Amino acid sequence: MIDLKGVTVGYNEKIIVEDMNFHIDTGEFFGILGPNGSGKTTLLKAMTGLLPLMDGTITLKGKKLHHFTSRDLATQIAVLPQISTESFSYEVRETVMLGRYAHQKGFLKGTTERDVDIVEKVMDQTGITSFQHRYLHELSGGERQRVFLAQALAQEPQVLLLDEPTNHLDLSYQKSLLDLIKNQTVNEKLTVIAIFHDLNLASLYCDRLLLLDKGKTKLLHHPEEVLKEKHIEEVYRTKVQKQAHPLVAKPQMVIVPEESATVDFVLDESFLNVREEYIHFSAPYPLKCMSSGIIGAGIGWYRHFINRRVPADYDCSDYQEDMKEFLVHKDLDPSFSVGMMTALPLNNMVCDRFEVQGHSVFVVVTAGVGNAIDVSTSYQYDIDLRPGTINTWVFINGNLSDEAYIEALVTSTEAKVRALHDMNVRDRRTGQLATGTPTDSILISSSQQGELEPFAGPITPIGKLIGRGVYEVTKKAIQRFLDHTE
Amino acid sequence: MQSQSIRSYLQNKIWITYGLAVSFLLFAILAGISIGTVSVPPKDILFIVGAKWFGYPLPEEIDPMFANIVYAIRLPRVLLALLVGSSLAIAGASFQGLLRNPLADPYTLGVSSGASVGAVITLFFNWSIPFIGKFTLPFLSILCSIITVFLVLWFAQKVERTMKVETIILTGIIFSSFLGSLISLMIALTGEELRQIIGWLLGSVSMRGWDYITIILPFFLIGVIVLFLNGKELNGMSFGEEQAHHIGISVQKRKLLILIAGSILTGAAVAVSGTIGFVGLVIPHFLRRVVGHDHRHLLPLSIVVGGGFLVLADLISRTIIAPTELPIGVITALIGAPMFAYILLKKRGLSS
Repeated sequence: MIDLKGVTVGYNEKIIVEDMNFHIDTGEFFGILGPNGSGKTTLLKAMTGLLPLMDGTITLKGKKLHHFTSRDLATQIAVLPQISTESFSYEVRETVMLGRYAHQKGFLKGTTERDVDIVEKVMDQTGITSFQHRYLHELSGGERQRVFLAQALAQEPQVLLLDEPTNHLDLSYQKSLLDLIKNQTVNEKLTVIAIFHDLNLASLYCDRLLLLDKGKTKLLHHPEEVLKEKHIEEVYRTKVQKQAHPLVAKPQMVIVPEESATVDFVLDESFLNVREEYIHFSAPYPLKCMSSGIIGAGIGWYRHFINRRVPADYDCSDYQEDMKEFLVHKDLDPSFSVGMMTALPLNNMVCDRFEVQGHSVFVVVTAGVGNAIDVSTSYQYDIDLRPGTINTWVFINGNLSDEAYIEALVTSTEAKVRALHDMNVRDRRTGQLATGTPTDSILISSSQQGELEPFAGPITPIGKLIGRGVYEVTKKAIQRFLDHTE
Repeated sequence: MQSQSIRSYLQNKIWITYGLAVSFLLFAILAGISIGTVSVPPKDILFIVGAKWFGYPLPEEIDPMFANIVYAIRLPRVLLALLVGSSLAIAGASFQGLLRNPLADPYTLGVSSGASVGAVITLFFNWSIPFIGKFTLPFLSILCSIITVFLVLWFAQKVERTMKVETIILTGIIFSSFLGSLISLMIALTGEELRQIIGWLLGSVSMRGWDYITIILPFFLIGVIVLFLNGKELNGMSFGEEQAHHIGISVQKRKLLILIAGSILTGAAVAVSGTIGFVGLVIPHFLRRVVGHDHRHLLPLSIVVGGGFLVLADLISRTIIAPTELPIGVITALIGAPMFAYILLKKRGLSS
C-alpha cells in the first residue's frame, strides 16, 4: 500500500527524520513509537504529503505521493489530527460533511445522495448521530475526537493517519476509539498508521511497531519484539518492566519509578501479633505476594496478613464478603490485606526465622491435619470443603523474580509434604501417607529489596532457607496440633 | 423521523433569515431614497425607477424635480453606499474565515491604508491624470491597494514560504502602520487641502454620481463571484490549513484567490468612498451570531445586510443634523462600536 524508500525530511534544511525504509500492507495497523523529539510527527506529516521530502520517495499504490492532487490524495489518505481548537464552531453534521469535499467534483459541488448516505453511515459507526445537530464547541474532547474521526472516515480513505489519537481521551474513549479503528482495518481493509505515546495501547492494537530514536529507525517488528525492556530502555532512557497482558496475547510495559530510600526492616517475629480471633502480620511496607488466601489471592502487593480463626462448624456462603467485613471491623483495609482462615485455636501457631549469609526467611504455620488427604487418591472420594487446615506463610527478605516466586512456591510445598511424611500423617480413608489437607493455603511474600534473586529452587540460598524453614516449622506445628488434640 | 424535521426546520430558518435580510435591504433602499430635505413618497420612487430603467411612462402627477432628485442624486448615492457596504461586509466575512480570526476585517491586510495612500497622494499633489480627469483619485487608489496586497503577500512569502495566516496578519499590521504614518506625514505637510484629505479619510458616498458606480461595479462582481465559489473552502479552512489540506482543499491556491478577491473588493470600496470602518467587522460578526459560520450562507447574507446597513448609515449621516452632513465613517463607528461591544458582552455571557 505505502512504500518509503530512503525518506529524509525536516524543516529549513534541518534533518529531523533520516533514511526511512519500510513497506506498509493493506489493512495493517502500523504504530510509530519514540520519545519526544524523535521525529514521529514529522514522519507522519511526510506521509500526509504536507511536508516536502528532502530525499527519497514515498509511494502510495505505486504512485509517488506528490504526483497526487490535494483532492485525489484526500480520497486516498485521511488524517485524524491531534485535538485542536477552532475559532468558528460548526454543527457536527456539517463538519462530517466537509469530509466529502474531495468527492464532490464539478463546478457547484452539490451534495449527492451518496454523500448523505456515507455521512449517515460514518456518524453511526462513530456513535455521534445522536448529537449531529449540536455545535463542536459544546462537545467534550472525546466527542470531538469522534467527530473528526467521522470526518476522516467520510473521506472513504484507503489509509488513515493518526497523530496520538488517544491524547486527552479518558480510558473508555481511548478503548472505544481504537476498537473502532481496529475494526475498520479488519472489516474494511483500512490501512492505519498511528503515532502512539502509550506503549501498551500500541502493543494491544498494532500489528507492527516502528521504534524511532533521534530520527532514525531503531527497530521495526511485531510488538513482542519491539517492546523488550532492552530496546525501550535504550530509546526512552528509563527503566521499564515488560509483562504479559493478563487477558490478551500482547506484551505490556510498566515504568519503574526511581526507588526511594526505604528503611531496611528485616521481616521477623516483631511484626507478628497473635490474638484470640486472628493472627496478624503487619508488614512495615507493602510486600509482593503470591498467595491462595480467601482475599488478596493471586499476585499483588499487600501489607496485612490475617489468619482468622473460625468455628469448626463455620458455614458462610459468601465467605469472602464475611472476611472483608471482619477486616473492616478490625480497622484493616481489605485492599491491602491477604486473609486466610483456620479452625484451629491460634496457640497452635508456630513461627521461626532462618538466616544465612545476609538472606533470611520468616515462616509462620498453623497446621491442623485432622482432615489430611493423599492428593494422589483424592479423586476417589467426595471430600467436603472445610476451613483451611495447613496455612503456610513465607516472608522472604530479598528481591525475587517471577520465576523465583514459582520456585519458592514449589519448594515450600515439597517441604510441607516432607514434614507431613516425617510426622507420619495419614489419610484416614486409605491409610496412606497424606500430602496435605483439602484446603491448604500458602503465601509467598517478599520485601523486593536488595539484589535480584532470579531463582529460588532447592539449591539456591533462598530455596535452601525456604526448604529448611517450612519443613521445620510445619513439623513443629503438626507436633503441637497432635499434642493439643491428644 | 425527528432528524428530518429538525433539518427542515434549520433549512426553513435560513430561508427566513434570507427573507428578513432582503426585506431589510429593500426597506433601507426605499428609506434612503425617500428621506431627505425633499421627501419623495416611496410609490413615486418605484414609478421613477420604472420609467428610467424599464421605459414605462412616467405618471403625470409626479413632479419632474422628484425624478431628477431620485435618479441623479439619491439613487446613485444609495446604490454606491449599497455596493461599498456589501463589498466591505463580504470581504470582512471572507478574511475572518480565511484568517480564522473573528476580529479580522477588510483592512487587516493593510489594503485600506494602501488605497488611502493613493487617494491622499492625489489630493496632496492635486494630481489629475489626463483622459481620466476626476477619476484620477479612485484609479490611483485602487492601483495602490492592489500593489499593497501583492507587496504584503510577497513579503509574507519571503518570511515564510507556506504563508501561515499568522504571518499574513503580522505583515498586514506592519504595512498598515507604515502606510498610515506616510498618510500622517502628508497630512502634517499639507496646508489648505487638510479638510479635503480628512474628509476623504473619514469616508463619504455623497456627490459621486453614476460614474463611481461604474468604477466599483466590475471589481465588485469579480470579487463576489470568486468569493462565492470559495464558500465551502472557507468552511474547510476554519479547521486550520493542515486539516483543510487533509480533506483535499488546495490550500495555497484557494488562499491566494480569497485574499486577492477580498482585497480587490476592499480596494475598490475604499477608492470610491474613503475608509469606512466597522462595516466589515460588525456585519459578518453579527451574522455569525445569527446563522452560524457556514460561509455558503454567510457570504450572500453579508452582501445583503452590509449593503442595507451602509445605506441606513448614510441616511443618518445626512439627515441627523441636516443640512450639515456628517462623514459616514463617523456614523458607522458610532453605531458599530457599541453594537460590537454588545455582541462581545453577549458572547461572553453565553460562553461562561
